[in-house]
Amino acid sequence: MKKNLTAWLCLLPAILFLGIFMVYPLVDVLVYSFEEGYNFASQSYFGTGTYNYSYVLRDPYFIQALKNTFIIVIITVPLSTGIALLISLGLSSIKVLRDFYQTVYFLPYVTNTLAVGLVFMVLFKKTPYSDGLVSILIQTFGGKGVDFIDGPYWAKMFVMCFYTIWTVMPFKILILTSALSSVNPMYYKAARVDDTRPFRIFYKITLPMISPMVFYLVITGFIGAFKAYSDEVALFGTDLNAAGMNTIVGYVYDMLYGNSGGYPSYASAAALILFAIVFTITTINLMVSRKTVYYH
Amino acid sequence: MKIVLEHLTKRFPNRNKKIRDEVVAVNDFDFTIPDGKLIGLLGPSGCGKSTALNLICGLEKPTEGKIYFGDLDVTALAPEKRGVGLVFQNYALYPHLSVRENIRFPLENLRGDKKLTKQQMEEKVLEAAKLVQIEELLDRKPNEMSGGQQQRVAIARALVKRPQVLLLDEPLSNLDARLRLQTREELKRIQLETGITTVFVTHDQEEAMSISDTIVVMKDGVLQQMGKPQDIYDDPINLFVAKFLGTPQINVFTGEVIGEKVYIDKAQVCDAPGVRDGDVYVAVRPEGFVVDPSGPLICEFIGREVMGRDTSVIARHGNFLGENIRAIIPSEELIDSKDGSVRFALKPSKVRLFDKGSEERIRVEA
Repeated sequence: MKKNLTAWLCLLPAILFLGIFMVYPLVDVLVYSFEEGYNFASQSYFGTGTYNYSYVLRDPYFIQALKNTFIIVIITVPLSTGIALLISLGLSSIKVLRDFYQTVYFLPYVTNTLAVGLVFMVLFKKTPYSDGLVSILIQTFGGKGVDFIDGPYWAKMFVMCFYTIWTVMPFKILILTSALSSVNPMYYKAARVDDTRPFRIFYKITLPMISPMVFYLVITGFIGAFKAYSDEVALFGTDLNAAGMNTIVGYVYDMLYGNSGGYPSYASAAALILFAIVFTITTINLMVSRKTVYYH
Repeated sequence: MKIVLEHLTKRFPNRNKKIRDEVVAVNDFDFTIPDGKLIGLLGPSGCGKSTALNLICGLEKPTEGKIYFGDLDVTALAPEKRGVGLVFQNYALYPHLSVRENIRFPLENLRGDKKLTKQQMEEKVLEAAKLVQIEELLDRKPNEMSGGQQQRVAIARALVKRPQVLLLDEPLSNLDARLRLQTREELKRIQLETGITTVFVTHDQEEAMSISDTIVVMKDGVLQQMGKPQDIYDDPINLFVAKFLGTPQINVFTGEVIGEKVYIDKAQVCDAPGVRDGDVYVAVRPEGFVVDPSGPLICEFIGREVMGRDTSVIARHGNFLGENIRAIIPSEELIDSKDGSVRFALKPSKVRLFDKGSEERIRVEA
């Protein structure tokens, strides 16, 4: 008993902290999402039910945000992981200037999101003075310039995905290069003596050996991409609905604090829908991983 | 397939780049490994024996010299083209693949007209598994097996393609003592059954002695002696080889030869016909001591260790190199050590003389 008391005492700060800042808000969000017609000022509501959910699911802004989020997730997670894997493989097979390249690839990670956003503006935004570097490039090669920031939807989505991939890649490269270097080289020697083709070595040996790390990156990648918001703001400003580039988290934020803000019930409902989506995807990921991921 | 090494040399640049000296891992190897034999490359750690194996395998390129498999010059050939099977010290079994998949792995790499059907592969896998007696383990993962079983799988994987040469790097060093004994017999059996020329590397002289047809003793990249285990044991070419082979180790005393007689600290221990006067090392195999109350070699008696059939007598002597002399005598022999000393006579056939400067063998006229 006394032992238990000590244990609880030691756990107390964490329990208090987590309880107040994690558990209580979570429960509160759940409660909010079922309170209909909640009013911030009077702290009162008309009744309980699922109206908030049906409102959110019918809201065209939410549908747009949902669509944007899914496009970003589906494009950026596989691409960023795949490219990061290719770059890591390249990095681990070169010897000269390896540290230099590693530093270069890691730079985006330590650069401020908004600063990177600024650089992307220079590259992509059309202003009265310039068409943006990429548009100018396209024009030099005979194409038609596009305004990537205020132009057509696909152009904006392209910049968005490009930006996301670019910012999440350094971390993935870091993780994957260390995973690759932890594979015992004797396996490669054994494979070489057995005349294994390079692709087969990668597919049959390297990939299974680093699969736990790849899996970790895929899971966190999915979750991170579903939570995308700040990158969008960095590129398209705070009025994401007007730009048509809102995400689910952006929608939640707007419902709470944006111009149309003051609707915690809608925000809560949207947040819980996002939670349900992330939960489902992560569960599927875990189920797939059981068959494909090998743990040492 | 006989393996011919012709002036084979491998130098590595020094790790410390400031030092220009290169490390010579293998120095001018020039010998032939006969076809269908089991060869043990023996030497202390760091003597270049693994490098020698890697050179034969092709994982390392020689700095100088040539390697022939039969009449074919394979020096420039990549390892996969040489038709060798290699067993690694840590087995290098792919941990995420089952035993069956591990053994099948080399077969799946075959292409062109060598390509096999699933059926043929399965037959070959079974055949290899049977050879090393692991048929019932085919569906296990490597980490679900003991070290000895993993070792067998590694051998099966190396053998499944029927290589011309089988190379084993410290095949027994990761096994416990009992398993080592069992596995080395197994190794010999597999080698006899397949008739594949087999080269294995070891630092354990007992291992090398017990199963090799021929032993190659190395030191610092230089070949010291090559021959049948018993011949090398009986007739070591220098002090290093004499000390390296045999347990307990050969007992070395400083001594001198005066008038064709060998003296250890004034005590005349045996004759040395045809040997010139001078300082020598007198090396005596443990079984070369005879407890004799009137023997010439008087040693301080430390103790005895009874090991059933034999007894080892532990003693000290001022001229002995090292700390304790170990002599092995039959257990029934009595030792009179009341005054704290023990007297030995030496069997001349177990005494070897070495030059004190060069440590080369000094041969005695028969």
